[in-house]
Amino acid sequence: MSIRERLSGNEAVAVAMRQINPDVMPAFPITPSTEIPQYFSAFVANGQVDTAFVPVESEHSAMSAAIGAEAAGARTLTATSSCGLALMWEELYVAASDRLPIALALVNRALSGPININCDHSDAMGARDAGWIQIFSESNQEAYDNFVQAYRIAEHKDVRLPIMICQDGFITSHAVENIELIEDDKVKAFVGEYCPENYLLNDNGTMAVGPYAIPAYYMETKRAQLEALKNAKKVALEVAEEFEKISGRKYGLFETYKTEDADYIMIIMGSAAGTGKEAVDELRAEGKKVGLLKIRLFRPFPSEEIANAIKHVKYIACMDRTESFNGHSGPIGNDVRTALYNAKADCEVINYVYGIGGRDVTVESLKSVYEALMEIEKTGDVGERYHYLSLRD
Amino acid sequence: MANAVEIRWHGRGGQGAKTASLLLADVAFNTGKFVQGFPEYGPERMGAPITAYNRISDEKIRVHSNIYEPDFVVVVDETLLDSVDVTKGLKKEGAIVINTSQPKEDIIKKLNGYEGKVFTIDARKVSMEALGKYFPNSPMLASIVKVTGIMDEETFLNEMEGSFKHKFASKPEVIEGNMKALRLALQEVK
Amino acid sequence: MSKSFKDIKETNTWKELTEGCNIYEGATSKYFNTGEWRVDTPIFIEEKCKQCLLCIPVCPDSSIPVKDMKRLDFDYDHCKGCGICVKVCPFGAIEMKKGEN
Repeated sequence: MSIRERLSGNEAVAVAMRQINPDVMPAFPITPSTEIPQYFSAFVANGQVDTAFVPVESEHSAMSAAIGAEAAGARTLTATSSCGLALMWEELYVAASDRLPIALALVNRALSGPININCDHSDAMGARDAGWIQIFSESNQEAYDNFVQAYRIAEHKDVRLPIMICQDGFITSHAVENIELIEDDKVKAFVGEYCPENYLLNDNGTMAVGPYAIPAYYMETKRAQLEALKNAKKVALEVAEEFEKISGRKYGLFETYKTEDADYIMIIMGSAAGTGKEAVDELRAEGKKVGLLKIRLFRPFPSEEIANAIKHVKYIACMDRTESFNGHSGPIGNDVRTALYNAKADCEVINYVYGIGGRDVTVESLKSVYEALMEIEKTGDVGERYHYLSLRD
Repeated sequence: MANAVEIRWHGRGGQGAKTASLLLADVAFNTGKFVQGFPEYGPERMGAPITAYNRISDEKIRVHSNIYEPDFVVVVDETLLDSVDVTKGLKKEGAIVINTSQPKEDIIKKLNGYEGKVFTIDARKVSMEALGKYFPNSPMLASIVKVTGIMDEETFLNEMEGSFKHKFASKPEVIEGNMKALRLALQEVK
Repeated sequence: MSKSFKDIKETNTWKELTEGCNIYEGATSKYFNTGEWRVDTPIFIEEKCKQCLLCIPVCPDSSIPVKDMKRLDFDYDHCKGCGICVKVCPFGAIEMKKGEN
């Protein structure tokens, strides 16, 4: 029997970490992820876990310590947000290229400036080329479930890459909601022991981690790293299948909501997806054929799979909770258009920047996106393809 | 959210409006509901106006936005009535609960012509009488439970006693005072 | 994917490299004869040496072997000829010779 609880998203992730009982947690506090190491250090102090908690002097040091610990053979995790992730930037690439399956709880917050503590995805998007697996969560439940699944994906022998489990700052991290927790022993059995084949503190073999790669090796190393990242798709599905057996909750690379017969689809990620489903239901009640696709696995991007799921749709809105400053599209807009182009699909795609810096995302605002798609069909005039949602204009 | 009761709290930083919204989520959760309790975050400081929200439903809650058309509003500090439009979007079928010692007729004049029901409670008086200190949390919580009718009073008191016993395990002497504050508030809110 | 560093070669395809180019052995630098890079060569003049051992810690390539608290002649397989040992020797017991020895 699962445990019915009510927790904030940060509490939920801290509970998952307690159940996993990792070897090492180096962390530095930053809003809105501070509560995660705060709750976790209480678990350490209470003797509920035997993790070595390392209070470091910056996020740069947190990720450096995580790399050292993971290379030594310790199961390692940390948590951060916004500028904290930005300060980890060079280490994120090292963790990935050294093939270290570190888990990071990212509580999404806008990057400065103007300085702002509220939610958007600009922090995660800044790290999207770093070679980490990135999974986004709609709710406290998903943040918990995804964290429980994280190491099974990251540590798999065909993957061995670091993983970032993202949830929306304040919106889910600080909102108390219902959640179904899994019993400690079931999580422990599901996650299993960490037994890397090679690690620095191995008595039975020496090794060197992170050697210099001259041009003759660099490209081949990166290509091999890409293959490992691509393998994460297959592994994430296998792990999700096993997770369903202990939780009854189903996860895929993405979730489709009423898309089968839809003429208009929104592609979205994170907490606004639930609000979007409400918008879908309200418009469906009016007889409008609308649907929604929520991305769970953002890196690697499930390009062919998403194209297959939506290529029948005429009008698509890609929702980006970040500004890319390329002048024509956001990261989801780019990836979805590439996927559709490669699939030779004939869809009209418009792209919205929404909810940045904590701008509230409402059912009404998301309904207006579908209405814009319907208007394009009606008038035949696509107009601008790149918009800001809920902007004072 | 057609099937959810939506509540907006207005308070000042440090008065515990956020805590009260989380307590309400707790007690509704304990009676089997789906709940959300969340504050609106910003660079708030002690004394600055803050807003917190609750959704309470028999069904799973998917929406993650602030609440613009609440069924109920709770005002923890009446001085906010001069600076914040507390009835903004409030449904006229709903109600507002205000912590004040003033007569209801005087308070209604400050509500921009709000047509729905208005309830007042002197949470300071209740708190001083029950606890000897001013903690508006417990009286305001009891008031909103009574006004919304999301659960019956007996269930509410039983649930709260259970959670106070858990919360104040190390200082059981405050439990009776808090229970008294709840009981008094259930009678006093009008 | 071979686990021996000796199998890591510039002809490897991406599928043949180790994870992250990691090397599953220790002290592999001894197999790389950096002595080939030498332009000028230090010469050890044993009769002038007082065995003060000041030259040992300054050698960047650990190319001065020590046995029974006494330094031996240079390890020319790894000495790159930087000349730091010549500068540090108080007794003129090391001289720099032009060219590769």
